[in-house]
Amino acid sequence: MTVKTATPAAASAAMTRPPSAPRKKKSWTGLWFVLPFVAFYALFLIWPTFLGLYYSFTDKSLTGRPASWVGLDNWVEAFGDERAWNALVNTAEFTLYSTPPLVVLAIVFALLVNRARKLGWFLRMAFFAPFVVPVSVVTMIWMWIYQPEGGLLNHYLQLLGLQDASAPTVWYQGENGMAMWSVVITTVWWTVGFNFLLYLAALQTIDPSVYEASSIDGASWWRQLWHITLPLLNRTTAMVIVLQLIASLRIFDQMYIMTGGGPNRESEVAIHYIYIAGFEGYRIGYASALSYVLFILILIISIFQFRLFSRKES
Amino acid sequence: MPNHPSPPGSVFKRGPSRRALLTGTAAAAGLGLAGCGSVTGGLSDKTRVKQWNLLAGADGAIMTEMHGNFSAEHPDVELEATTFGWGTPFYTRLVMGASSGNAADIATIHLSRLKSVSPDTLLDAITIDELTEAGIDAADFPEKIWEKCFHEDRLYALPLDTHALVNYYNRDVCQQIGALNPDGTLIDTTGRESYFDLLRAAKEVTGEFGTSLDTFGGWRQFWAWYRQADGEMTFGDDDFEMDDDKALQAIETMYLMAEEGLCPTFSDGAQCAANFENGAAAFVQVGNWEINRFKLFGGDNPDWFSMTEMPAFFGNRRTQGDCHSFVLPHHNSWDPEVRKATVEYAAYMLKNSYRWGEGGGHTPSYLPVTESPEYQALQPNAEYSGVVENVQFDPDVWFSGSAARLFDETGSIFLQVYSLAMKPEEALELMKDRIHTLLALPNPVD
Repeated sequence: MTVKTATPAAASAAMTRPPSAPRKKKSWTGLWFVLPFVAFYALFLIWPTFLGLYYSFTDKSLTGRPASWVGLDNWVEAFGDERAWNALVNTAEFTLYSTPPLVVLAIVFALLVNRARKLGWFLRMAFFAPFVVPVSVVTMIWMWIYQPEGGLLNHYLQLLGLQDASAPTVWYQGENGMAMWSVVITTVWWTVGFNFLLYLAALQTIDPSVYEASSIDGASWWRQLWHITLPLLNRTTAMVIVLQLIASLRIFDQMYIMTGGGPNRESEVAIHYIYIAGFEGYRIGYASALSYVLFILILIISIFQFRLFSRKES
Repeated sequence: MPNHPSPPGSVFKRGPSRRALLTGTAAAAGLGLAGCGSVTGGLSDKTRVKQWNLLAGADGAIMTEMHGNFSAEHPDVELEATTFGWGTPFYTRLVMGASSGNAADIATIHLSRLKSVSPDTLLDAITIDELTEAGIDAADFPEKIWEKCFHEDRLYALPLDTHALVNYYNRDVCQQIGALNPDGTLIDTTGRESYFDLLRAAKEVTGEFGTSLDTFGGWRQFWAWYRQADGEMTFGDDDFEMDDDKALQAIETMYLMAEEGLCPTFSDGAQCAANFENGAAAFVQVGNWEINRFKLFGGDNPDWFSMTEMPAFFGNRRTQGDCHSFVLPHHNSWDPEVRKATVEYAAYMLKNSYRWGEGGGHTPSYLPVTESPEYQALQPNAEYSGVVENVQFDPDVWFSGSAARLFDETGSIFLQVYSLAMKPEEALELMKDRIHTLLALPNPVD
C-alpha cells in the first residue's frame, strides 16, 4: 500500500519586515524553480485526471480503435454492476479490518519505544524496517509463511498440535474471509512502521514538564496516558486515520499478488476490478467511470473525516 | 510508498563546476530522447532491436542463452531483450505499448492470444517477401499451426514452438510400483480409473500424493480432459454451447483426485514442481517447460525422471497446449534497417530452435529442426513427441487463450474445486455463469 506523506503546512511564519524596508519588486524567478515539478505534475496528474473524466463518457478502448461519445452509459453500467459493488464492499471490509490495528498498534509501539531506554534504537528499527521492503518481497515472504504444505505457519501449528497435518489450512486463498485476513495481517506488518514513526515523533514533542507536574500531583501512569498523552496526540491521530483510510481504500498491490481476488472474488477489491476492466478488458472508458466512482467515495469519506476531527478540536 | 528525496547536498559534495553539471544534464536529456523510439545508430553504430518476452521460467534461461549466441553471430545488431511477468502483466504492457505505437520491435505471445491482442490495430503484419529474404518458407511449419498465424489473410505471427501439458514421472518410484515397461518407459493406462490405481500405488510409496499439478492453472487440465471426451465449446454473439455432461466429468476428475488425496488440494506453479522434486509426488502433470528445471535438480543424475504424454482418461491422449510465437507490435513508423534486423532475429531463433526444444522442452514449430535426425533422437523429447498431434488449442473467442480472462476466471473456480470448497455441479453452474458475463461484455477487438 502506498502512503502519501502530507506536505508540511507552508511556513506561515514569514518574517515580519520592519515597515521602513522597501517593498520587494515582484519577481518571477521563483517560477522557474517550481516549473519542472509543475510541468510533471500537470502532465502526469492533472491532465490524466481530466482526460479520465472525459474518457468515462466515451467507449475509449485500449486497442486504439476510434472512440465515440456514449454519454452516461458507462456511469449507468457502473452503478448497476454487481461485481463493482462487490469489489467496493470488499474494499470497505479491508479498510474496516486494517485501519484499527494499524492505528492502535502504532500507538502501542510508539509508547513502548518512547519508554525503552537501551533497546530504543533496536525497536525503532525493527518496527520500521518492514516498511522499506518493496511489496513484491513482502508478499513473497508472507506467501511462504502461509503456504499450506510446508509453510512456516502451518508447520508450527502442527507442531503445537493445533492443526491436523492431513488437513492443512489454506490461508491466502481460504474461504470466509481467511484470504482477506491473511492480507490484513501482511499489510499491518508491512505498513504499521510508518504510523509508528508519526506517533513517535509526536510523542517526543510533548513537554516532559507536563508529566512531571502531573506526577507531583499523584497521577498514575494510566491517568497520564488517558488524560495527557492521548489527548495531546489527537492531531496526529486525526492525520494518521485520514492517511490510513485513504491508503486502505486504495488497496491493490498485496491483494493482487497474494489472492488475485480469490477465492471466488471474495477478496477482489475496487482497484483490482478497475484494472481488470481497463487492462484485461481493454475498456478504458468504463474503467475511468469506475475510477471516478472510487475517487468520489474516497473524497466524501476524507471530507467527512476532516470535518469530524476539526469540529472536535474546536 | 513515498518517494524519499535524495539527501541534500550529496550531488554537490565534490562541487562540480556549473558547466560540468549542465553538460551532464544535456547528455542525460539526449539519452532520454534517444529512448523514445527505435533509433538506428544511437550511441553506437549498431542496429538496435528491442524484444519483449514473457518467459520468466526455466525456458527463459534458454532464451537468454540463445540471445547470447545471436548477439555473438550478429555483431552489427544490438539485441535488447526484456522479460516481463508471465500472463496478464506481460499482455497489458504489450497492448499499452502497441497502442501508443512505441512498443518493442518484436514480442513473444501465445498464439491463442493473437485474436485478443487486436492484430488489426495493435500488430503489424509480416510479409512473405520479408520471410523469404530471411530464408524462411511457409512450408517450414505444420499447416495446422501456420493457419492460426493469420488474421483476415494477413500474417501476424511466426510460431516458435508447440508446448503442452505433459506427464512427468519419477523413474525410481515408478520402478517400485511396477509401472515401467522393460525399456524404462511408463506403462500405458486406459481410462481414468486405471490411472488412479497407478496414483494410489504411488501414494503408498511417496506417503503424500500420487501426482502433483498446478491447482491455479485448472483451465489447462479442464480443457485437456474435456477435449479427450470430444467436448466442444463454440461461441456465438451472445450465447455459447458446451457439453455439460462432459464438462462435469472433467471437473469431477479434479474433485475426485483431490478428495482422495491423490493430488494436492492447493499448489501453485512453483510448489507443483517442487512436490515432484522433493518426492512428495511420483508424477506431475505440468507443461513441458519445466524440463530444464528438473534436469538441473537431478544434478549428476538428470535421468531421475522422464516424461510422456498426458494419460488417456477418456479414450485418447489429447492435451491442452499453445504456441509461443513472435509478433511485431504496431509501430508508428518502421526504420527499414530495424525492421530487417528484427525479421532476421526471428528467423535466427526459428532456425536455431533445436536448443529451444532441448533446453526448454518445447517442440519447435520449424520443421527443418524437428525433422532433423538429431532432434528425433533427443531424449526425453522423443517420448512425448506425440503431443504435437494431440495438442488442443483454447476455444476461439476474444477472451480465450493463455492467461486470458476465460483462463483466469474459470481457473479461480477450479482452484476451489481442487481445494474441495466447491462441488463439481456448483462449479459447472458458476463457470457457465461467468462465461455468460464475459460474453455480455462489448467485444473490444471486433
